[in-house]
Amino acid sequence: MAENNGEIKLFGVLGSPFVRRVQIALKLKGVEYTYVEEDLKNKSDLLLKYNPVHKKVPVLVHNGKPLAESLVILEYIDETWGNHPLLPQQPYERALARFWSRFIDDKCLPAISKAAWNVEKEEREKGIEESSEAIQFLENELKHKFFGGENIGFVDIVAGFLAFWLPVIEEASGFTLLSSEKFPKLHKWSEEFINHPVVKENLPPRERLLGFFKARHASITASK
Amino acid sequence: MEDKAKVILLGSPFSMFMMRVKIALAEKGIKYEYMEEDLTNKSPLLQEMNPIHQKIPVLIHHGRPICESLIIVEYIDMVWQNNAPLLPSDPYHRAQARFWADFVDQKVYHSSKRVWTSKGEEREVAKKDFLESLKQLEEFLGEKPYFGGDIFGFVDVALIPFYCWFYTYETFGIFKVEEECPKLISWAKRCMQKKSVSETLADEKELYESVLEYKKKFILD
Repeated sequence: MAENNGEIKLFGVLGSPFVRRVQIALKLKGVEYTYVEEDLKNKSDLLLKYNPVHKKVPVLVHNGKPLAESLVILEYIDETWGNHPLLPQQPYERALARFWSRFIDDKCLPAISKAAWNVEKEEREKGIEESSEAIQFLENELKHKFFGGENIGFVDIVAGFLAFWLPVIEEASGFTLLSSEKFPKLHKWSEEFINHPVVKENLPPRERLLGFFKARHASITASK
Repeated sequence: MEDKAKVILLGSPFSMFMMRVKIALAEKGIKYEYMEEDLTNKSPLLQEMNPIHQKIPVLIHHGRPICESLIIVEYIDMVWQNNAPLLPSDPYHRAQARFWADFVDQKVYHSSKRVWTSKGEEREVAKKDFLESLKQLEEFLGEKPYFGGDIFGFVDVALIPFYCWFYTYETFGIFKVEEECPKLISWAKRCMQKKSVSETLADEKELYESVLEYKKKFILD
């Protein structure tokens, strides 16, 4: 389907899991785009123009029209390019996929952030407990090879943080959340996910990410 | 072909999230059974239908639960797509609608809650954030009659329930939304002319009284 897709630009930063979601979705659909790396300490005028509300990445600009927020962008991509559908077709299953995506962003990620980056040791321990509880719900929900069934779908893309970023954070911070003993299905899923041919090409360099998280961990523990 | 399977809504009277669903159901003319939850004593049905969050609203359709108000509204819009569409058909405008509805949840809701739950300096910051978020919405609204353009749409449904809470925020925070955001108040009054909205929104003074009671019971003043 070599139609004219128009001009597509993606503003992002190398290590962001939210940006990678968008890249994976575009790649799965075979959509070509131009990538613009931002410096979040020195945001470009273009980024501020395209996302004045949140001033964050990712921002997708399609024929000059900007969109922000990764989940909003993913749905837009899915609706604009019909091949390799990411969301299920039926209303109930779509609602479920959206529910789990929000659950990951609103419950899992903040809990993991607390476990890893809160300055107070007690809060980090609470974070580990909360993360464990949240991840257990996802473990129970996983019934096939991927959340999307036999193929990668919307929830898999959103959950990518757990497959790649979480293990790196665990290594940098010295705790274990996603163990194969406690979460065998998710553990297996994460291996399948990061080895998927499209995902593999769209992950940040692990060593650099590890260095970044190690530095962050050092600054947290040093401040005590 | 309309879906005639039984529709149940679990809710609680002053929840702006529940009101979103009620408005969507009313817009589409969908008959449903409303079951009121006592959130201090959650029913077995709520615990079964929303085991993860144990929150309302929950929509039960064909015996299956759908949770999270905006997800429920999108579900309703898709299943009953032939009347009163809430989301536009163009993907870019749909994306914008989702972005701003999410903005209401991310920015308006959290700051507004802090206005009535916090005090002193924290309350002043909350007030500032709340009004700032409303101003950003006003900018997006522009000269349109509704956020959905000519028709009452997804973002209108997402935001209008907060209108009956304004009196509470204004009383706690000592300010008037109309002074800072007159266009938004015009928009709200326009929405209130719709039966689906006026028959759903709680009475603002009753709501305020219930918030006072809640504060006495659960929060040390």
